[in-house]
Amino acid sequence: MIPLSWYLFLSAALFCIGLYGVLARKNAIAILLGVELMLNAVNINLVAFWRYLDPTQMGGQVFAIIVFAVAAAEVAVGLSLVISIYRTRGTVVADELDMMKW
Amino acid sequence: MGAQILFFLCAALILISAIMVVTVRNLIHAALWLIATLFGAALLYASLDASFIAVVQVVVYIGAIAIMFIFAVMLTRRELLIKTDQTNANWPLALGLSAVMLVALGYVIGGFGVTLNTTPAAIPAGVDPLTLLGKALLAPEAYVLPFEVASVLLLAAMVGAVYVAMNKK
Amino acid sequence: MDWMLLLEWVIKSFVLSLILLGGFAYLTWFERKVLARFQVRIGPNRAGPYALLQPIADAVKLIFKEEFTPARAEKILFFLAPIVTVVPALVVAAVVPWGPDIQIGSYTLRLYIADISVGVLYITAITSIAVYGITLAGWSSNNKYALMGGLRSSAQMVSYELALGFCFVIAILMSGSMRPIDIVDAQRNGWFFLIQPAGAFVFLIATLAEVNRAPFDMPEAEQELAAGFHSEYSGMKFALFFMAEYTKMITISSIAVTLFFGGYLGPFVDQLPFLGPIYMLAKIVALLFFMVWVRATLPRIRYDRLMAFGWKVLLPLTLALVLITAVGILLAQEVNPNLIWITPVISAFAGFFAIGLVDRSLRRKAYAAR
Repeated sequence: MIPLSWYLFLSAALFCIGLYGVLARKNAIAILLGVELMLNAVNINLVAFWRYLDPTQMGGQVFAIIVFAVAAAEVAVGLSLVISIYRTRGTVVADELDMMKW
Repeated sequence: MGAQILFFLCAALILISAIMVVTVRNLIHAALWLIATLFGAALLYASLDASFIAVVQVVVYIGAIAIMFIFAVMLTRRELLIKTDQTNANWPLALGLSAVMLVALGYVIGGFGVTLNTTPAAIPAGVDPLTLLGKALLAPEAYVLPFEVASVLLLAAMVGAVYVAMNKK
Repeated sequence: MDWMLLLEWVIKSFVLSLILLGGFAYLTWFERKVLARFQVRIGPNRAGPYALLQPIADAVKLIFKEEFTPARAEKILFFLAPIVTVVPALVVAAVVPWGPDIQIGSYTLRLYIADISVGVLYITAITSIAVYGITLAGWSSNNKYALMGGLRSSAQMVSYELALGFCFVIAILMSGSMRPIDIVDAQRNGWFFLIQPAGAFVFLIATLAEVNRAPFDMPEAEQELAAGFHSEYSGMKFALFFMAEYTKMITISSIAVTLFFGGYLGPFVDQLPFLGPIYMLAKIVALLFFMVWVRATLPRIRYDRLMAFGWKVLLPLTLALVLITAVGILLAQEVNPNLIWITPVISAFAGFFAIGLVDRSLRRKAYAAR
């Protein structure tokens, strides 16, 4: 039916779109959106491998759940940093945040 | 045949909305397209018999993470009004790098060749993946340590987020 | 056979939607009548006997009102937001069992639409989608009051979802299954309300916040936000928001009944299966009456206190309740089945402890203000 490689190609494409978003976007929130896309690509891979190789070995699903936890943690800290920076500097454009200290 | 059509629909939803996420100018729209991507991924998980992952994807990603993005965009609303480009000066380089990455990944995946299964492995009768998952997450000989570390990470992230975002007076 | 199944699904979905929509219409009537009684008024009494035609009159009025879209609103999102609000409210009801299987000849009629093995998680997933409608309505209206209402509601609903989720966990722990029908079956020896009364109360409080009902109706506080997220909505779009709120009240009451109040169980329900939906309906109406009662009695809570209550009181309390329930179940399994009754005692104690803490902090604040 559907070969495993299709899932892998899909996830590779999603990963690359996310990578472009991370590298090219100006807004810090948009960069975090790109990171989310990349994490989802990883999850698609994990779940597809779990299903196609050995469904009794739960490693794939367990790691997918841990990726969820990491993504949630990343977004919580990342967005709170963005909000905090926005409060002090009045901008969320990553290029303008070039001061190490003031 | 039906499964293939479903796969292509999901893949199209995921990829098109992902491209919209990284290209649209209005960040609220980008966050909404992200929801479409996440929803497509959830459908894919459901079609892969990972119903728990699919539902958790909706609860955690769509219900919490994406709403946090929308929240952050609303709180930093002034940035929405920027009429200039949303991409930085390096965007052609980024595009090239992503394209190279895609080609490289495609080459690697294509190189796997015969080792890749073409059909899903059979789930043995009487085996409930959900029960197995629960046991795997909490059994000492399986993944209880990563699970606990992940929960500590979440706690640390929560404390850190509250501390960073707190309005210090 | 396949198309029979499909036909059955379609018919059941259709009937359930009709019940929910009819229930919505008469819930507004019920609420106005009951509120009027609380306030020593008569309430609506013009349209038909006991004003039973009032909902129809309201519907006609709303349909013929002018639809108004603010200038510079996000047209598409503004149009989609009411739909995104209504759909989850209806869809969530799919997994709620309304009665035991009914035998009609050789045919078994199951009184639920979908039998999902992770049904309880499905409920949390759908309720978490429901946040979007309100948030987007607030944002797309291009109105700062609406935006504030949308922001408040998303913060409030996400916060109270945690307490709600832990209450789901309590029910899952006690039944050992995430399938709603198994949860109902596990309550044959005693409703979960009896085993975990504090959990049931927290669930009821969290549902009030989840459906934005008084005293947690912050997103639409009239005095502060000029009706909040639906300030700019009129006509049929407003009616959809109205419908979503009341449909959500019904569905979430049915979920509360399923999880904590024994679902369709009642005397003689095994002999006479058709009693199941009747018991279910009676319990739902009782919970709806409770919601209206709360609205008639309690004033609106200030927004910062509402968030503090969710995060600092309900979340730790539900965490403690999950632990207490787990310990109680373990004791009952390992030592003596009667030890399960330790759970209600300790959890009631935990609940009163939480109430005491809130009381003390409020007293201290009142004292400091003086």
